Amino acid sequence: MNSEELDQIAENENEEQKKFAHRINVCVAAGCLSCQSQEVKDAIDSEVKKRGLEHECQTKGVGCMGLCSEGPLVSADAKLLYRRVAPDDAGDLVDSLKGAPVSRLLCRTDQPFFQKQKKIVLENSGNIDPERIEDYVAAHGYSGLIRVLSEMTPLQVIEEVVKSGLRGRGGAGYPTGLKWSTVAKAVARNKYAICNADEGDPGAFMDRSVLESDPHRVLEGMIIAAYAVGASEGYIYVRAEYPLAIKRLKTAIRQAERLGLLGGNICGTRFNFHVDLRLGAGAFVCGEETALIASIEGKRGTPRARPPYPAQEGLNGQPTLINNVETYANIPPIIRNGGAWYAKIGTEKSKGTKVFALAGRVQNTGLVEVPMGITLREIVFDVGGGIPEGRQIKAVQTGGPSGGCIPSEFLDMPVDYESLSKVGSIMGSGGMIVMDDSSCMVDVAKYFMDFCMSESCGKCIPCRVGTYQMHELLKNITNMQGASADISKLEELADVLKNTSLCGLGQSAPNPVLSTLRYFGGEYRAHVDKRSCTAGVCGSQEVKP
Amino acid sequence: MVSLAIDFSKPVVPNEDKRWKIVDATMRRLGHQPRALIETLHTVQEAFGYLDEDGLRYVSASLHVPLSRSYGVATFYHFFTLKPAGEHTCVICTGTACYIKGAAQLLATVQQDLGISPGETTVDGKLSLLTARCLGSCGLAPAVVYDHQVSGKVLPNNLREHIAKWMTHEL
Repeated sequence: MNSEELDQIAENENEEQKKFAHRINVCVAAGCLSCQSQEVKDAIDSEVKKRGLEHECQTKGVGCMGLCSEGPLVSADAKLLYRRVAPDDAGDLVDSLKGAPVSRLLCRTDQPFFQKQKKIVLENSGNIDPERIEDYVAAHGYSGLIRVLSEMTPLQVIEEVVKSGLRGRGGAGYPTGLKWSTVAKAVARNKYAICNADEGDPGAFMDRSVLESDPHRVLEGMIIAAYAVGASEGYIYVRAEYPLAIKRLKTAIRQAERLGLLGGNICGTRFNFHVDLRLGAGAFVCGEETALIASIEGKRGTPRARPPYPAQEGLNGQPTLINNVETYANIPPIIRNGGAWYAKIGTEKSKGTKVFALAGRVQNTGLVEVPMGITLREIVFDVGGGIPEGRQIKAVQTGGPSGGCIPSEFLDMPVDYESLSKVGSIMGSGGMIVMDDSSCMVDVAKYFMDFCMSESCGKCIPCRVGTYQMHELLKNITNMQGASADISKLEELADVLKNTSLCGLGQSAPNPVLSTLRYFGGEYRAHVDKRSCTAGVCGSQEVKP
Repeated sequence: MVSLAIDFSKPVVPNEDKRWKIVDATMRRLGHQPRALIETLHTVQEAFGYLDEDGLRYVSASLHVPLSRSYGVATFYHFFTLKPAGEHTCVICTGTACYIKGAAQLLATVQQDLGISPGETTVDGKLSLLTARCLGSCGLAPAVVYDHQVSGKVLPNNLREHIAKWMTHEL
């Protein structure tokens, strides 16, 4: 495979697609699939056949189009977007290709939800068929890899990534270029590149969407990374709970191997890289890199002390590069367009874009990609469309169980790594949950503590015992049996957990409690002193109808 | 007298079931290395629905890992289950988005009506109640999976009706 051959594939694919006068794309990613988008696609297929338009109209299953709350989404001829399409609408949709659009299903694409987004990672998502490599190649796929292999040395690749200013999208925001050069400098017989697709954060589904919508992009990023650091073997550690992502990754790996873009002597060079999948088994702690490595080695996913960092001693004791799905997905466009291009997007210290899974009490829930530095207000009120039912926004939660709740007074704060940590939260992997006045912040803190308690691996005592004790205290408070001493005990325990836990799970477990104590301390006191919950969530044990 | 000699003979398949061939294939593909433990357990669970003691013993012997380690791994990860599931499964998503939109009430409904906690099965083996950390269907919160069929924006009454239909064999 060389540059000409790749162009040939792209050209053939474009020719093939030009034969069709019309194209209907149906979203077949997780969100829409769960509202019967597969049935919609089948119905459209059969309506097309019924009208004898098979050679004129192409129906394609594509990845996530973003606006999950309005699914199933269908786009026609790349300009019209239809929402909440039912299988019964298929006939009208096919008829409309040659006439007026079906106005009752039309979704406006000039609304801020679409206009305020900037798509880099998700550029192909919703446009290409994730199960066909040709479609990805036609969208400039693998041209970055060919360029790297034919024109660049590993060092130049790393320089380009450093120049881009890309930071790890898994949560901590470690500079990607720096990580790559550490692994590249390590001397060893074998090196590994691992893709962390163990998205355990509840309320986050970005990685899943990327894998389901555009698996080749992640694969290409990984191959480029392997070339840059000198790795010859790689693993994608993906959650077993994501069967569709697993299926599409397997297909993608097979297709890339068939074209000689993966495996031995990639593109006729001496570079070898083999990728295999490893299934996670539902342990949040396996998102931590040393725990992830233990899990790939077939053991219980318990972390170990660092240093040595995986970049020096990782899988099988060899230098190992671990990056998140979204980080790898950013690499192909960086190589294609240059690091300087990427560095122009975003803020001074946080470059590029970030994909968020927007959910909770907000009008438009779904997957959004916004440039770094955008304000929270823009995300919630413009992209998200505001709070439904005329309620008041109370807080935005980012970073899942390791993050914090940002109160509404900080809505005008830019979203980047530094600003978020300044207000006691973190960027995290990209879950963003909007809460209104119907949420009790003490209850939310209890929810996250419950999560951390059950996900604590039990290796180190501060985390194992501390999360349990903090959860008990929060349970007392939400059951209206708390004392004011409980609040100071919470603070004390939070400090112990933060400073003495072995890994990130324990160290960041107190964050939701600390941030709610800091901004919503009044609610804690109301529970303790007045035995009242302003949101009306706590205290009552009975089930509301 | 108990023999103290180490048994180097090939482990014996627990029973005649053909599904063990699939398990053997996975172990062969990964070279019967101890590191293949999790992958193998995934295969066993996929083939049989759960992990039982015979299965764990067989996998341990084949991969040369102590039974305690297989058991440790099987109980560490939430995805593995040591008990067969009920006739129907009801998975309630307890991800943050679903929680904010009332997943706790759904959970309480089932717990109150049937007296089972997450991870348990009713005495008659009819229904297993499970929770998921996030289904990625946050746009449809709160979400419930009835026998692999995702259902969104579920209210406690919908849930009650659906379960009642299962219990009376209407579905």
